[in-house]
Parts: sequence; C-alpha cells; structure tokens
Amino acid sequence: MVGPVTLVEKIWDQHVVHRAPGEPDLLYIDLHLIHEASSPQAFDGLRLAERAVRRPDLTLAVEDHNVPTDSLFIRDTMGRAQVQQLRDNCSRYGIEHLPHGDARQGIVHVVAPELGLVQPGMTVVCGDSHTSTHGAFGALAFGVGTSDVEHVLATQTLALVRPRTMAVNFVGLPPVDVTPKDLILALIASLGANGAHGYVLEYRGPVVDAMSVEGRMTMCNMSIEAGARAGLVAPDERTFEYLRGRRVAPQDAAWDEALAFWRTLRTDEGAVFDHEVTLDVSDLTPFVTWGTNPGQAVPLGDSVPDPATLSEPTQRAAAERALEYMGLAPATPMRQLEIDTVFLGSCTNGRIEDLRAAAEVIKGRQVLPRVRMLVVPGSMDVRREAEEEGLHIIFQQAGAEWRLSGCSMCMGMNSDRLQGSERVASTSNRNYEGRQGTRARTHLVSPAVAAATAVTGRLAAPSDL
Amino acid sequence: MQVFTTHTGRAAPLGRSDVDTDQIIPAEFCKRLTKTGYADTLFANWREDPEFVLNDPARAGASVLVAGHNFGTGSSREHAVWALRDWGFRAVIATSFGDIFLRNAFKNGLLAVALSPDVVERLAGCAERDPAFEIEIDLDRRDVRADGGTWTFEVDRRARWLLLNGLDDIGVTLGSAQAIGEYEGRRHSWLPALRRGELATGRPAEHGVAR
Ligand code: SF4
Repeated sequence: MVGPVTLVEKIWDQHVVHRAPGEPDLLYIDLHLIHEASSPQAFDGLRLAERAVRRPDLTLAVEDHNVPTDSLFIRDTMGRAQVQQLRDNCSRYGIEHLPHGDARQGIVHVVAPELGLVQPGMTVVCGDSHTSTHGAFGALAFGVGTSDVEHVLATQTLALVRPRTMAVNFVGLPPVDVTPKDLILALIASLGANGAHGYVLEYRGPVVDAMSVEGRMTMCNMSIEAGARAGLVAPDERTFEYLRGRRVAPQDAAWDEALAFWRTLRTDEGAVFDHEVTLDVSDLTPFVTWGTNPGQAVPLGDSVPDPATLSEPTQRAAAERALEYMGLAPATPMRQLEIDTVFLGSCTNGRIEDLRAAAEVIKGRQVLPRVRMLVVPGSMDVRREAEEEGLHIIFQQAGAEWRLSGCSMCMGMNSDRLQGSERVASTSNRNYEGRQGTRARTHLVSPAVAAATAVTGRLAAPSDL
Repeated sequence: MQVFTTHTGRAAPLGRSDVDTDQIIPAEFCKRLTKTGYADTLFANWREDPEFVLNDPARAGASVLVAGHNFGTGSSREHAVWALRDWGFRAVIATSFGDIFLRNAFKNGLLAVALSPDVVERLAGCAERDPAFEIEIDLDRRDVRADGGTWTFEVDRRARWLLLNGLDDIGVTLGSAQAIGEYEGRRHSWLPALRRGELATGRPAEHGVAR
C-alpha cells in the first residue's frame, strides 16, 4: 500500500485474491450468513451444476424471516417448506444451523455478532441488505442477492469493484433523548434515500466514539437506507470489550494476536475520502418518518411536510404519492398522528439495549387499550437476558405482547402482519408501501419513542409523558 | 448465464422514482422455492389498480421498462429481478439503480441501463405518448438508440463480457481456484470457523411459546 489509506481500502486490499487492471477484484469472504428466504435457489443452482460448498465452516444459517413469534409451529405451508429446505440443505452440505426454537436462534444480524462471529477487519456477506449491520465491528459487510449467495457458497469469493468512500462525521453533544436511531434517521433525511449511492460510509467523530456497539449496529444497519453499499465504524476499546469472551471470539494467545491486528484497523492520518459530510447533533431531537422511504423523516416536533413547497417536480410527486398512501394531510403535527400498533424489534432495534430503553419508558405505565404493542427480542439470547433482568414483566404488565425471536412485523413474510391500513410506530428500518402489510402505514421511530407512543396512542417522546 | 447482445423492444413508462424491491415484488411472494414463475407477482400491489400502466392492454409485450431514479432500492431479494424477467422485461432504464438490484439484474441477463435524467425523461415521454415506441439497446456497443438519438452507457467490464458470451459466472471464478487456495493459506489462524453442531444447542428455547 502506498500512502495513507482509509479503513475500507485497508480491509479491501487485505482480501484481494486476484486483481487485474480494468477488472473487478476477486474478494475473499470471511463469513457467509444465510437464511431461509434468500438461499433455496442458490443451493438448487449448486446441485444442478454438481458443485460443492467450498467452506461450510465459514457459513452460518439461521431461520428468521418466515418464523412465527407466537408459536414454534409455522402454520403457513410455503414458509414451512422454505424452512425445511434450509434444514435439508444445511445437513446435506454440513453447514451449522440455528433452527427456529433453538435457544440461540434469532435474527441473523443479531445472532452473528452476539456469538462473536463478526470481528474487526473481516468481510461478511449475507443474502440480505441489512448485512451492513456488521460494519459496527469495523468489518466490511454488505448484502447480496441469491446468485451471489450461490457464488460465495461455491467459491467463498465475489468479483467486485471497489466502492467509493464517504466519511460521516457526527460532532457536537447529542441531547439525552436522542438515540442512534434518531441520528441515522436524521442523516438519511439530510442525504436522501439514495444520497450515499455507490459509497461505503465510515461513521466517525466524538459521538460515534462515545456510542455503544449496539448503537453502532443500529446506525450501520440503516446505511443501506441512504443507498450506501455498507457502513462501518473503526474498531476501538468498546468493540474489543464487546468481543472478549464471546463464544467464537479468539482466546488466550490468539486473542492477543488478534487484538494487535485489530488495533491497526483505522483510517490512516491524512487519508482522503472521496466525499465527506459532517452532522452537528447538538440540536437534534427524536426523528420520525412521515413518508414511504426512510429519507422522508422529520423531527417529532415538526409537521407533515407540504409537497407544494418542494420545487423539484419528481420529489413533489413522490411526496404527494407518499402522503396519499400514508393517509396524511400536509401540516398535520406529527404528534397528532394516532397509532394502532407499536412494533419493538428487528435487526435495527431488537437488541438488549433497545429493550432496556423501551422498558425504562414504559415501566409503571400502560399501553393504551386500543393500541397493540408487540415486543420481539432480536434473538433468543436477547430474550433470555431480558427475562433475567425482568424486562418481560415490565412489558407484560404494561399490556404488551412478549414474543419469541424473529423478523416478525419488520416485513410481511410471516404471520405478524398488519391488517388493512393500520398505522404503526415501528423500530424497524423500512417504511415502504406494503412492507408491514399490504396497505400498512409505517412510521419509523426509536425504541424510546415507540414506548412513549404505545402509552399515549399518538407519536410521542418520553418527555411527553 | 443468459446471453445478452442486443435487444429492441417496446417501452413501458413506470413514471415513478425510488421504486423499492418491496414494490417490485411484495415479501409474501418470496416464500417460493423456485427461480422462475414470478410473472404474476410483479408490482402485485400496484397491479390492483386498473389504471396501472402494466394493466393497459396496449402495453402487453413491452420489454423495456423506463423508470425514474433509484430503481430497485432496498431489499436484496433477487425475486424482484426474476419477476421483471418473467413478465417479459429484458432491460430497465433509469437514472440510477440500487446496488444489489444492479448486480442481481446482470446475473440474470436483465440489463439495467443508467442514463442521464434528461434522456430518461425524454424516453419516458415518448413511451407515454406512444405504446408502440421502441428502444434499442446494444451491449456490445454500449449504447441505447431511440427517438433519433444515441446514448452510451457505462457497464461493469466483467458483467458485459459474461453477458455477451453467456458465460457461467461461478465457472469463471472457479478458474481462479488456485489463487483462492493460496489466499486461504495466508488467512489469520484465529479467524472464526464453525463445526456443524458447534453452536446449535439442540434443545428448544427454554422459554417455550410466547406469553
Ligand atoms: S429484521 Fe427486518 S430488516 Fe432485519 S433481517 Fe429481518 S426482515 Fe430484514
């Protein structure tokens, strides 16, 4: 390597298997996560071509998208068949697999980090766009489609063109009620739903330094919602502390060796990013979405925007369409919006820290009787930890449903779907049309706002209670 | 991989931007186990609207979809590409594409062509006015011809080469098996590797069903 380089370039160069001028690089993949929904056709392809899985030992399968969270039986026959297919494929190819009902099952992007499988400097892929979550460990992690899943199964590599790099500097002192979810929603609103297209984002600055690894996962998770290829945070003492003693983290002498290497994983002094943005978070307040993509977000204290004020015609048309779908009138204060359902969970905000934040708000209070609140831990380990802390009692006494782990209402592929045009405050990552049910209306929020909203029945911050 | 050299077909204007893959194919249809047979699922929710462009009988047989900006954003589901392909589309023209969608498209012989906003607008306008309006796309020359104009587009060199020759992507990579093996010999010994049965507890979650 010549001269100072960014972290992304460092990791990239360390994984090049083959490089030729004018060609994409052939990049080695250290960890391949798979789930039932995006892998069946990849295994079929392997079988048809009579190919082997090159590195079953670098592959982990989890059941998460299809599984119900109120029972261990998948009532839907197609969902059941897809899960069965994953089980058959894993046993045929010798791939480790965490089935629905196992004490370590959960959402793939929650499970892999908590087992210590994701480590700094690694390349991680999964047939799932929110693979970007794992960037929180200083790993280069991104989603791929089923053809690439097959490619990785067969070769443990991908042919890729190196993405551009963007530094995202968070500066200032975030107010107490502002969470990582609010930071990332504010960032996406300022960049636009496609503003980071073609880039890998490196989140930096004092705000990120002071943020927990869980919070970094929330931010990296939603990098894709700004159109970015991936997002990451340079590993630091918090990262190492998180990893120490995890089930598959290195131990003893290997730990020391790994640690010495991990400490080299930083953007060099003087390295130049292709683009750089800075966001001062000092005046930020909780953020919520009003529209049908995650970039259509405003501070909770604001009102539904008026499309007429947008000068750019395609943006105006998109805003009009979004308001129509969402059933909203311009200039309605966000705090006046009545919510039918509250969903706390997903790979964005289904970790223990998120459940704690919501429990703290809802403790000793009641979910409004007309509101339904679902609490879905991101993994069975999170669920166990929460129960050890008594969080489930807090949620149940408030009137919320305490569920098993899975993707649940984040995406309408399992039995947790919204009916009709219900309005939901959701801690997940996508407010697309039909995402949580055919006509469901989604407002993306942080766990604290979700909990406060469940109490008041309208979008609310904890300080409103 | 399906060969793509050149294609001339009628254009259908979608008239929307930021079309995410949840719109192209809702999640409920991603429970199927096959790689084909998705024609009925394309834009399933929008097709409930009789006014939706693809419901117009005059648009039957259109094979080039003209979208706005940021087409195929969001989820990695390759089903979105399968649905477009099964409906009969051979190419999508937009000002930009979701990264994962773009890769998925090429892997299935669906050409995703990014052109400048004014050109996309012009082509969409022509298609709006005339259901018989045709667009020609030539991957070898890397250009689009329609309405008397010619515009070149960028395409990943490897993807273009694979498509023009109908080569098997994985087969080509396996040609580098030796380099892959050598790389594996250089990997840090402490990087995680799993044995089957190492993580799964083999027992059900202690807490049983939800309460
Ligand atoms: S929780 Fe939602 S975003 Fe995360 S993996 Fe599951 S479906 Fe995807």
